Amino acid sequence: MQGEKAAVERVFREEYGRLIASLVRRFGDIDLAEDAAGEALVAALEKWPTSGVPPNPGGWLTTVAGNRVIDRIRRENQRDAKHRAALMNHDDTPHEPTGPVEDDRLRLVFTCCHPALAPEARIALTLRLLGGLTVPEIAQAFLVPTTTMAQRITRAKQKIAAAKVPYRVPTAADLPERLGAVLAVLFLIFNEGYLATGDGDPVRGELTGEAIRQTRVLRQLLPTEPEVSGLLALMLLIEARREARVRHGQLVPLGEQDRAGWDRALITEGHALVRECLAINRPGRYQILAAINAVHTDAPTASDTDWSQVVALYDQLMRLDPSPIVALNRAVAVAEVDGPEVGLALVDRLPLTGYHAWHATRADLLRRLRRSAEAAQAYDAAIAATQNSAERAYLARKRGELVRAGDGSACPESS
Amino acid sequence: MTHYLMAVHGPAEMNEFGNYGSREEMEEAFAATGAFNDKLRAEGYWVFAGGLEPVSTATVVDGQGESPVLTDGPYLETKEVLGGFWVIDAPDLDVALRLAAEGSRACRGKVEVRPFQGLA
Repeated sequence: MQGEKAAVERVFREEYGRLIASLVRRFGDIDLAEDAAGEALVAALEKWPTSGVPPNPGGWLTTVAGNRVIDRIRRENQRDAKHRAALMNHDDTPHEPTGPVEDDRLRLVFTCCHPALAPEARIALTLRLLGGLTVPEIAQAFLVPTTTMAQRITRAKQKIAAAKVPYRVPTAADLPERLGAVLAVLFLIFNEGYLATGDGDPVRGELTGEAIRQTRVLRQLLPTEPEVSGLLALMLLIEARREARVRHGQLVPLGEQDRAGWDRALITEGHALVRECLAINRPGRYQILAAINAVHTDAPTASDTDWSQVVALYDQLMRLDPSPIVALNRAVAVAEVDGPEVGLALVDRLPLTGYHAWHATRADLLRRLRRSAEAAQAYDAAIAATQNSAERAYLARKRGELVRAGDGSACPESS
Repeated sequence: MTHYLMAVHGPAEMNEFGNYGSREEMEEAFAATGAFNDKLRAEGYWVFAGGLEPVSTATVVDGQGESPVLTDGPYLETKEVLGGFWVIDAPDLDVALRLAAEGSRACRGKVEVRPFQGLA
């Protein structure tokens, strides 16, 4: 019985985004759509364990949920004739298995990631309405109390309804910018799973998996947008290294990872997407980041990495996005080509003193330059600037090795 | 269609050219705002608009007690106050935000967009 319930819930989550999107299109009300979807789940939990999962479970859920909404509106219509008028304003075309259904999810993505909503609300709504995650699950993933997350989602939904945030795919003129906001939300969800900011689990596979699943859907819906393919490739090539990235609770940096532990299927898929992007030849931020990750995952060993290619790609990225974070990553690659001294000179210029990766990069370059006292201070600063347990463990080990390596007398002992 | 308030916020302290840097700048902003108003009327979004006298002319009325209490000056003492506003009728937030961006450029101030619950 427990297994059957889990199976129904798995199908339900798989179909949730499609179901909600279709109901929102037909009835123009997110709360109504969510209530009806919940009632359809209850009906499925009653029916499917005895009658079996129907051949088109998404269609079944949509029909049941749609009927529940219509029943409810009919009941309310008897009290209030205005509702009938409201219903007639909405698109009441029935559920279809292809075409428009895909458009429904695409519209909902743009509603959830609308720039008039706060970024954390966009992330929460995307996970709730398109991913089908429950509010407690989202709250746990972002380490905030459930009530806080529930308020955040409720407020965002109220704003969508009251301010009339539209439910449609933006016009071609607005698409690049609005698509950028959607991709940013998906990448933030992925990153939170990949390198969690809090002190809980260092890696959250459910978030990286959900971000990849939604980016795959987005790619089906917008197959000619190379940045969507680029983002999917980037996620796959990072996800491929997930198992090798943490060992005994410690972060393992790229150069020290056991490459036999990388997921070859994901790498093959990611490389094919990068080649597809190159052929389209409309480069963008995510495509370039994916290409950089393709260079890394192409190298049989760390010392085989084509670092000059990595530098060239970061040069290209700097022209699109001249941010200090990109400059920091470029400096890491430059240090591999021109030596740690050149890399350190680039790093020291960047205004990133509050960023853990800046301190960690400085620490590593200072270590390689045998400036141990300064390296130890930089490791301390990096440890203080991150909450991620695996990263802290790694940095503490590197700092410890520094002391044992010799001129530890010059190292100020940290507490 | 939904009615939106597009409220223009600006500094409470004004000089002889309102909150603009010079006479030319003020006149340019007035001309641009006039043109934007014409456009709102021509495209059917216009409901109402107006600039407000300086905040020093405000009186706060509290009629919740037995007899009304009047207080000279604005309700909140802040450096940024409401300087003027439009009320527009637009099909959705995307249209309202696009118009607000145009209005902001015309009047050279930040614009807050808020939907009305409905107009009486």
